[in-house]
Amino acid sequence: MLKIENLHATVAGNEILKGIDLEVGKGEVHAIMGPNGSGKSTLSNVLVGNPNYTVTEGKITFQGKDLLSLPPEDRSHEGIFLSFQYPVEIPGVSMVNFMRTAVNEHRAYKGLAPLAANEFLKLMREKRALVGLDGKLANRSVNEGFSGGEKKRNEIFQMAMLEPVLSILDETDSGLDIDALRVVAEGVNKLHTSDNSVIVITHYQRLLDYIKPDVVHVLYNGRIVKTAGPELALELEEKGYDWLKE
Amino acid sequence: MSNGFVKQIAEEKYKYGFTTDVDTDIIQHGLNEDVIRQISSRKAEPDWLLDFRLKAYAYWLTQTCPKWAHLDIPEIDYQSISYYADPTRRAKGPQTLEEIDPEVMKTFDKLGIPLEERLALSGNTAVDAVMDSVSVKTTFKERLAEKGIIFCSISEAVRNHPELVRKYLGSVVSYRDNFFAALNSAVFSDGSFVYIPKGVRCPMELSTYFRINAAGTGQFERTLIVADDDSYVSYLEGCTAPMRDENQLHAAIVEIVVLDRAEVKYSTVQNWYPGDEKGQGGVFNFVTKRGHCRGEGSKISWTQVETGSAITWKYPSCVLSGDNSVGEFYSVAVTNNYQQADTGTKMIHLGRNTRSTIISKGISAGHSSNAYRGLVKVGEKAEGARNYSQCDSLLLGDKCGAHTFPYMDIHNETAVVEHEATTSKISEEQLFYCNQRGIKTEDAIGLIVNGYAKEVLNKLPMEFAVEAQKLLSVSLEGSVG
Repeated sequence: MLKIENLHATVAGNEILKGIDLEVGKGEVHAIMGPNGSGKSTLSNVLVGNPNYTVTEGKITFQGKDLLSLPPEDRSHEGIFLSFQYPVEIPGVSMVNFMRTAVNEHRAYKGLAPLAANEFLKLMREKRALVGLDGKLANRSVNEGFSGGEKKRNEIFQMAMLEPVLSILDETDSGLDIDALRVVAEGVNKLHTSDNSVIVITHYQRLLDYIKPDVVHVLYNGRIVKTAGPELALELEEKGYDWLKE
Repeated sequence: MSNGFVKQIAEEKYKYGFTTDVDTDIIQHGLNEDVIRQISSRKAEPDWLLDFRLKAYAYWLTQTCPKWAHLDIPEIDYQSISYYADPTRRAKGPQTLEEIDPEVMKTFDKLGIPLEERLALSGNTAVDAVMDSVSVKTTFKERLAEKGIIFCSISEAVRNHPELVRKYLGSVVSYRDNFFAALNSAVFSDGSFVYIPKGVRCPMELSTYFRINAAGTGQFERTLIVADDDSYVSYLEGCTAPMRDENQLHAAIVEIVVLDRAEVKYSTVQNWYPGDEKGQGGVFNFVTKRGHCRGEGSKISWTQVETGSAITWKYPSCVLSGDNSVGEFYSVAVTNNYQQADTGTKMIHLGRNTRSTIISKGISAGHSSNAYRGLVKVGEKAEGARNYSQCDSLLLGDKCGAHTFPYMDIHNETAVVEHEATTSKISEEQLFYCNQRGIKTEDAIGLIVNGYAKEVLNKLPMEFAVEAQKLLSVSLEGSVG
C-alpha cells in the first residue's frame, strides 16, 4: 500500500530524514518510535505534503501512485489522513461547514455528487458517537476553545468522517490523560479494518497498550535503525533508546 | 516563509468587466455653470432644483478634496470628465420595455438583473435599473402604487412628486456637508426615489442596480428614501462597471428619512471595477450615505459588502434624533491588489435611549490598504444612549495594511459605549490543515473568510447573501502569497 524508498527531506535547509525505507501493507498497523528530534514528525509531514518540508531525494509510492507528485489535498482525496500533533484552530468556521466542505471535495474527487444536508448531518451524528463528541460540536468553530483531549478526539472524528486508507497518528497520545487516551484509541480501533492501515507515531509505549502494532520501527537521527515485532516497544520502554544509538 | 503557498497573483476574475455598445448621448467634458444648466434642462427640472444645483456648485468651488482619510487619492481632473451620459434613446427618462435599446436590456440580463417583471429575481424584488446617468427602467411600479408606495427614478419623482422631493432632498445630507456631497448636489443625475406611506409594510424588496458603462464619464447618483410613520422597507443596491484602464469617478449621495416607528433596512453589494492586479484603473467611489431617524423608535440598518472600487471613501451613518431610535451598521470590506478603502460609520445619538450597533469586518490582501473609521457621538440630551462597536481585521499575506480609527465624542455621562477590536491573519497552518482534509487552498480561504464575515452576511436578504459569499471568494482569488 505504502512504499517509502531512500527518503531524504529537509526543513529550513537542515536535513532531517537521511534515507528512510519503509513499507506498510494493507490492514497493517505500524508504530514508529524514537527519541525527540529523530525525524518522526518530519516523516508524517512529508507524507501529507506539508510545504514547509522539502524532499531532496527518494520516492514514495501509495497504492501504485507517485505520492510526491500530488498536492496535499489530493493526497487527502487518495486516502491519506494525518491526525495532527497540534490540531489547528480556525475561528469562524463551524465544524459542520468544515466537514461538509471536506467530505464533498472528497466525493467530487471520486466523481460523486455532494451529500444532501440531511444525509450529511446523519453521517456526522453516527461518526460523532464513535469518539463521544457531543452534539454542540457541529456549531463550534474548528478546534476553537477545544481542550487538548477534545482536539484529539476531534481529529479521530474527522478520520471517521473521511474514511482514510492510511491514517497517520502523530503523537496522538501527547497531552491526553489516561481516560481520553482510551477513548481515542478505541475510536481508532473501531475504524481499523483489514482494508486500511495505520501508522502510529509515538514516544511512549502507553498508546501501544491500546492500539496494537504489527510492526515497530525505531527512528533515530533520520534513519530507521531497528524494525521488529510489538515486543520491541516493550523493550524500549524498559531500556530507553540509548542502546540503539551506536 | 515557505514557498509552498506562494502563488502567482492571478488576474482577478471580474466577470462584470464588459462594455455595452449603445448609442449614448454624452454631454461635453468639463464642469461649469453651463454644464449644470444643461443637465437640469435635459431633465426638464423646475427652477428650485436648478437653483439648488447652482448653489451647491458655488459651494463646491470653495472646497478642496478632503485629505484626512487613510487613502492615497491621486489628483482628479474634474474638467476631463463628462457629467452626463444617457444610453436611452430619448432624453426623457424611463420608457416602456419596447422602447429600450435591446443592447441595454441585454446588459442588465447579463448582469442577472432582468427588467421584464415576469423574469424577476425571486418574483419579489422590484428593480430600478440605472445605466450611467439615467434610469432605464423601474419594475413593479404599478403593483407598488396600489399600496401607495412610490418607487421610481429621482428624475421622475421630481416631475411627479415635486412636493416630496423638495421637502426631503438635501435635508439629511446638505450640499455643504463635504466636497463630494457638494459635487453630487451640483451634477447629480439619476438614482432612486422611494416613499413608503404611513402604516405600510413594503411587500417586496426594492432595489437599484447601478451600472457605469460609458468611458470618460462619472456617475453621480442620488437616492432618497422616505419611510413615513409605522412603515417598513428593505432596499438593496448593487453596482458594477466595465474594466477600463483609466479611473472612473463615482460620487453618490443616499439620504434616508425615517419617521415614527418606521424602519429602513438598506443593503449594498458594491462591486465596482477594482482595477487590475497592478492597480491600473478602477472606480473612485466617494459616497455620502446618511439616514435620519427623526421619529420615536425609528430604525435604520445599513449592511454593506464592499469588494470593488480602486478607492472607497464611504461612511453610511445614522443620526438618531428620535427617542428610542436605533441605528445599525454591518460592514464587510474587502481589499485586494492595490485597492484602498477607508470606510465606516457615524452614529450620532441625540435622542434619549437611542441605541446603535457597529459590526465592521475588514479583509485585506495583496498590497491593499483597508481602514475602518467610525465616530460614536452622544449629545447632551441623549440620556441612556448605548453603543456597541466591534471592528475586526483579517489579513491575508504580509504586504497589506489594516487600520482602525475609532472616534468617540460623549457629552452625556449616562451613555454606555463599548468598543472591541481584533486583528487576525489567515495562517499557513490553517490553510494546510484544510488542505490535509482535502480542501483546496482557494476553497479554504473562501471558507475562512465567509466564516469570519458571517455575522454581517447573515444580515443580507437571502439571494444577496449567496451572491455576496461568492463575491468574497472571487475577490480574494490568487491573494495568498
